[in-house]
Amino acid sequence: MFELLGIAPQALFGQLLLGLINGAFYAILSLGLAVIFGLLNVINFTHGAQYMMGAFGAWMLLNYVGIPFWGALVLSPIIVAIIGMVIERTLLRRLYHLDHLYGLLLTFGLGLIIEGLFRRQYGSSGLPYNNPLPGGTNLGFMFLPNYRAFVVVFSLAICIGTWFVIERTKLGSYLRAATERPDLVQAFGIDVPRMITLTYGFGVGLAALAGVLAAPAYQVSPTMGSNLIIVVFAVVVIGGMGSIMGAIVTGFGLGLVEGLTKVFYPEASSTVIFVIMAIVLLVKPAGLFGTVK
Amino acid sequence: MSTTSSPAALAGGPASTGGVLRLVGAAIALALLIAAPLAIYPVFLMKVLCFALFACAFNLLLGYVGLLSFGHAMFFGGAAYICAHAVKNWGLTPELGILAGVAFAALLGLVAGLLAIRRLGIYFAMVTLALAQMFFFFCLQARFTGGEDGLQGVPRRAVFGLIDITKDLNLYYVVLAIFVIGFAIIYRTIHSPFGQVLKAIRENEPRAISLGYRVNQYKLLAFVLSAALAGLAGATKAIVFQLASLTDVAWQMSGEVILMTLVGGMGTVLGPVVGAGIIVTMQNYLAGFGEWVLVIQGVIFVVVVSLFRRGLVGEVIALFSRQKPGAPAGH
Repeated sequence: MFELLGIAPQALFGQLLLGLINGAFYAILSLGLAVIFGLLNVINFTHGAQYMMGAFGAWMLLNYVGIPFWGALVLSPIIVAIIGMVIERTLLRRLYHLDHLYGLLLTFGLGLIIEGLFRRQYGSSGLPYNNPLPGGTNLGFMFLPNYRAFVVVFSLAICIGTWFVIERTKLGSYLRAATERPDLVQAFGIDVPRMITLTYGFGVGLAALAGVLAAPAYQVSPTMGSNLIIVVFAVVVIGGMGSIMGAIVTGFGLGLVEGLTKVFYPEASSTVIFVIMAIVLLVKPAGLFGTVK
Repeated sequence: MSTTSSPAALAGGPASTGGVLRLVGAAIALALLIAAPLAIYPVFLMKVLCFALFACAFNLLLGYVGLLSFGHAMFFGGAAYICAHAVKNWGLTPELGILAGVAFAALLGLVAGLLAIRRLGIYFAMVTLALAQMFFFFCLQARFTGGEDGLQGVPRRAVFGLIDITKDLNLYYVVLAIFVIGFAIIYRTIHSPFGQVLKAIRENEPRAISLGYRVNQYKLLAFVLSAALAGLAGATKAIVFQLASLTDVAWQMSGEVILMTLVGGMGTVLGPVVGAGIIVTMQNYLAGFGEWVLVIQGVIFVVVVSLFRRGLVGEVIALFSRQKPGAPAGH
């Protein structure tokens, strides 16, 4: 069958796996955006820069402190999340009573500052980060590199875990209640402002986690975030931000579609997600899993 | 120009004195712009005028309809490419090249607008950003755009076959005329009944719908108009710098025009002009500092959004209307 299409199975499955990895990043990033937007009503334009900070965090921990990948996988997201929470407390908080657009513009400006500082310090070209899981398994129809398999499985676990916490635990029910009616939740004695700060930290931490995972798969570069985040916005528009599971499914699905496009029509691989976004806007403007608010 | 639809007239204020003052102010500003190349390098002035027009076109959408487009670079840069290509490879005169660029930007605006106005608020921003990125990748791959090199060495042919624009000073007056025409269109639009409906949509969309206005048609028309005028600015820029490149269609360009509008004051007529002047001047002085430009632009974003959201012109207007209690904030 593959011979008929003139595509070697090795190339096909290789690209599908890469697509799945990209899809994992789309899923984790759009998940973070959705969680933040749900509670803060802010579209976090700094998300791309925070993803990049996560990757650089891993690189710095390794090169300046000597902490290997597995330590960085935990530490780097926490550090970036703390920086994010400071930003929320000092800057974002003042804008909640205003039009959503101001939050968007503020986070866009913060993204420019962060990207500019990193570009000044480390230049625009990428820095290498060694693969912590070299080697792989031969599955017969393709060669499966260990690290890529790990990224897909680990990301899926993170996504499902996030879904579980938000949809199935008491903490998640507070969060969902505060998304609907923050004033009522506050009246029940829950510290909503602190909850907002922690939620922002959590969303940002997710972005940084994706960044750490991306560091060995790609290069660590200051522009890695801004390139990715625009695609993630398209993913968010396609999926709608109403549903956690929707964000996960859309993210992985679109990654696969992108991978397939790379095999069959490489010229369109950078634009296929935007084309899908245009079609979804025509057919179902609220997004695949979205509801009109 | 008629003042019947100006806010001052609607509020029952002294429309005639306000109108005369405004006319005198416009005359002084025009005189200053005509004399400006005596004191300032014309190419720099032309750059300011192009970006001022771009920012005014953008402000028509953000300031008067309340729609934040994060993709206006596609109209600016798209028109620049079409104009440069038409003049360089088809041998058109500059005015026809600019017209071709504007027509393309309007058409692109129609397509992008039809998609983007289906979503509101922040989704609108994300959709326009994504569409512009799609256009960026198209320009990166398309044959006629010259990829990373862009279209260089666009010839400066005589405008209308008469005006020799190889001299910067002559070109400056052509650019000034284009700017004045574009600015006048925007001014007329804002102060027309159409503009009043746009403002009504900005303030309260459900109410505008309940009053029987086809809100989406108004939004789409405003979007196309804004795109076409952004295209006018981009095409003119391509003639001035004899260059159309990927920088013109990149998302950073969309960010810059937002910054200009924000610094000057969104929803004010003159704000975007002032903002463009400030940002272009800053870029000129900081050109040698490389990546710091990005950092400083980000800092300005944060400072303006956190501390003075009305922008420079907006703050000045607010100051004056505080001194004269009851007087409306002039637009």
